[in-house]
Amino acid sequence: MVEWTDFERATIQDIFSRIDYDVVGPAALSRCLIVYPWTQRYFGSFGNLYNAAAISSNPKVAAHGKVVLSGLEKAVKNMDDIKQTYADLSVLHSEKLHVDPDNFKLLADCLTIVVAAQMGADFNCDVQAAFQKFLAVVVSSLRRQYH
Amino acid sequence: MLSKKEKKLIREIWERLSPVAEDIGADALLRMFASFPGTKTYFSHLDISRGSAHLSSHGKKIVLAIAEGAKDISQLTVTLAPLQTLHAYQLRIDPTNFKLLSHCMLVTLACYLGEGFTPEAHAAMDKFLSAFAAVLAEKYR
Repeated sequence: MVEWTDFERATIQDIFSRIDYDVVGPAALSRCLIVYPWTQRYFGSFGNLYNAAAISSNPKVAAHGKVVLSGLEKAVKNMDDIKQTYADLSVLHSEKLHVDPDNFKLLADCLTIVVAAQMGADFNCDVQAAFQKFLAVVVSSLRRQYH
Repeated sequence: MLSKKEKKLIREIWERLSPVAEDIGADALLRMFASFPGTKTYFSHLDISRGSAHLSSHGKKIVLAIAEGAKDISQLTVTLAPLQTLHAYQLRIDPTNFKLLSHCMLVTLACYLGEGFTPEAHAAMDKFLSAFAAVLAEKYR
């Protein structure tokens, strides 16, 4: 069971109440595809991913970014059982999507950078640590059903 | 691999940040200590609390070394030769920690530059810091 301090719980709720899912989701996913281009391997059907400009304006990337961030909301609402919350998603990513679980960390890092850029000085070292702990738990839960 | 455009971008960013090297460096270190407590073990001989003189001076040293490397990325091995020796034979910091500091440096840049830390700048900086870390670890074995 993950132990969350009051500060960590409050911080996670606060961050997710402040960010605009429709902006942050697409920004994080497109940043991942730009900074770590090998992640594009999972998005062959998305059309033009030729350069940063194409990726940033690709409507399928934007739509999928929103899907991913909405998926994160489940964990925000169930912080005490993220493992169970993501059991099915974990199976999906392993059995159907065949995503290398190392990629989860890459997307998590890009999301951290996007949120940091949005929040500026408010994203201080303690807030960052709480956010990273949350994402680490999410990533670990998504890895769990791989075999 | 860094394109000419990326090298220029990197050089310009670090030129802009050199005057506030202390703040950038201290911020990145604090983030690393908060998110990755194991990294504190390398600093048991210093006072690394927020606002401490050690934190500022150490942060400054690191950022200025990175900025120096950014001036001519093709010469990284030459520029970093003394630091390579220092890290390999004296400091002996496990190289996995370089990734942790690099990540925190990127977060610091994002907070500082906001929208200005574009995906292109992020990609270029990530590549540069990885190359920097790799060169730093070259004399380890």
